[in-house]
Amino acid sequence: MKLPIFLDNHSTSPMDPRVLESMLPYFVEKFGNAASRNHAFGWAAEEGVEQARKQIAKLIKADAKEIVFTSGATESDNLALKGVLEMYKEKGTHIITSSTEHRAVLDTAKSLEAKGMATVTYLPVDKYGMVNPQDVQNAITDKTILISIMLANNEIGTINPIQEIGKIAKAKGVLFHCDATQGVGKIPVDVQAMGIDLMSFTSHKIYGPKGVGALYVRKRNPRVRIAAQIDGGGHERGMRSGTLPVPLIVGFGKACELCEQEMVTETARLIKMRDRLQTDIMAALEESYLNGHPTNRLPGNLNISFAYVEGESLLMGMKDIALSSGSACTSATLEPSYVLRALGVGTELAHSSIRFGLGRFNTDDEIDYTIKKVIEVVTKLREMSPLYEMAKEGVDLKSVQWAAH
Amino acid sequence: MAYSDKVVDHFNNPRNMGSFKKDDADVGTGMVGAPECGDVMKLQIKVQNDTIVDAKFKTFGCGSAIASSSLATEWLKGKTIEEAQKIKNTDIVQELNLPPVKIHCSVLAEDAIKAALADYQKKTDGQPTGTK
Repeated sequence: MKLPIFLDNHSTSPMDPRVLESMLPYFVEKFGNAASRNHAFGWAAEEGVEQARKQIAKLIKADAKEIVFTSGATESDNLALKGVLEMYKEKGTHIITSSTEHRAVLDTAKSLEAKGMATVTYLPVDKYGMVNPQDVQNAITDKTILISIMLANNEIGTINPIQEIGKIAKAKGVLFHCDATQGVGKIPVDVQAMGIDLMSFTSHKIYGPKGVGALYVRKRNPRVRIAAQIDGGGHERGMRSGTLPVPLIVGFGKACELCEQEMVTETARLIKMRDRLQTDIMAALEESYLNGHPTNRLPGNLNISFAYVEGESLLMGMKDIALSSGSACTSATLEPSYVLRALGVGTELAHSSIRFGLGRFNTDDEIDYTIKKVIEVVTKLREMSPLYEMAKEGVDLKSVQWAAH
Repeated sequence: MAYSDKVVDHFNNPRNMGSFKKDDADVGTGMVGAPECGDVMKLQIKVQNDTIVDAKFKTFGCGSAIASSSLATEWLKGKTIEEAQKIKNTDIVQELNLPPVKIHCSVLAEDAIKAALADYQKKTDGQPTGTK
């Protein structure tokens, strides 16, 4: 086993060597511009792109023509929200989204609000982080043009009832965008069955290269149109100009193909490792709390709060394991995770949260090591924690008058 | 964020971690911060003849907060009450090489020192400590 261990697969993932291999011919040998229609170099590049488009479409049960390449999921989210709002502004300007969406959706929505181009409803989530489809239904007005709800949350892994929301959107004639960045390639996605009209996802979360993503844009029932946000050569059916990054796209395609082929076995393997990590840690450490849905969750996700210890110090104590925390100290904003806060997790427990993100290349040995290390470090830091000491003495921490600073 | 070697050293080998009985007459206790803010420091001093003979801490917080309080206990030992009053957060920032986002940890440590000294002085009720 090699240290450090990478257990932060929600942030990004290592590229699969098989993906790299598929990309290599497209740097030096098949370097053509996929938009060059008049010579062999262009044709070779175009062939690579179109094969990738098919591989990607197959994974999400779409048609290859419905895939629009972007630089990544952030751009896809921006293009979906801004593109729809601009295209259909005569029909309505109301967006419905949820409070635990990724910042790429929330900040785009806020930016549209600030410019006076949209009014936005931010739906609450339940204690597991799930959107209630009934809330979506109730929030729809005759001005609603777009619903944007994520497939699975990047912090807590909770999977939303997308199919039910899709049905509601369809019945009401409202477009439905889904940020599926964390879900595509990890759990089955079917844009038809789920009633999704637009969907953002990216390559680097599924063992593909960074720098390429896609926006699925439905072509029929209904035919969705979006206003381009980048003008230029009219690539991607006019929705996203810019020369296609052929090697990245080829890698993205291969990554999707591998996910599709290996999803069943890989999901079973991840769940087994994840559940062992969860069970062993939580059995050994009192007052550790699972964040997110107990079962309806991404296979590789585990998010736990360890009462009385602060997240960043936990990460520091486990510096040979790459993890992430909802603690304010690890964020630029000095605020603890807004996702955990939206679930009703107390600020102090949000500060104490650790996110484990398991992926394709993690092994049982690494999980064994992590279990041992987490128990050791939490125990050590609790010994050091005045809060743990007070709790052991029977002091109710909520009754203490803290000198805030 | 990369931590300075000194922060890492204090984090891995905390000095004077633990507690005194807070009701003892020669002990001063300072508890500052709040769980919602992500850091709480408890700093205790044991005083004899106006001199801090021992100090202990417990901290809930990030690595820099733990290091700041660990360092504070090291510095407090052997100092008189008057000398201890002069410890500044900027001294801690300098010694631990804290980045700007971690300056509040040093401020908290200075607050904890002041609170411990004040608690001790309240206990001695204005009496010169040397007479005890």
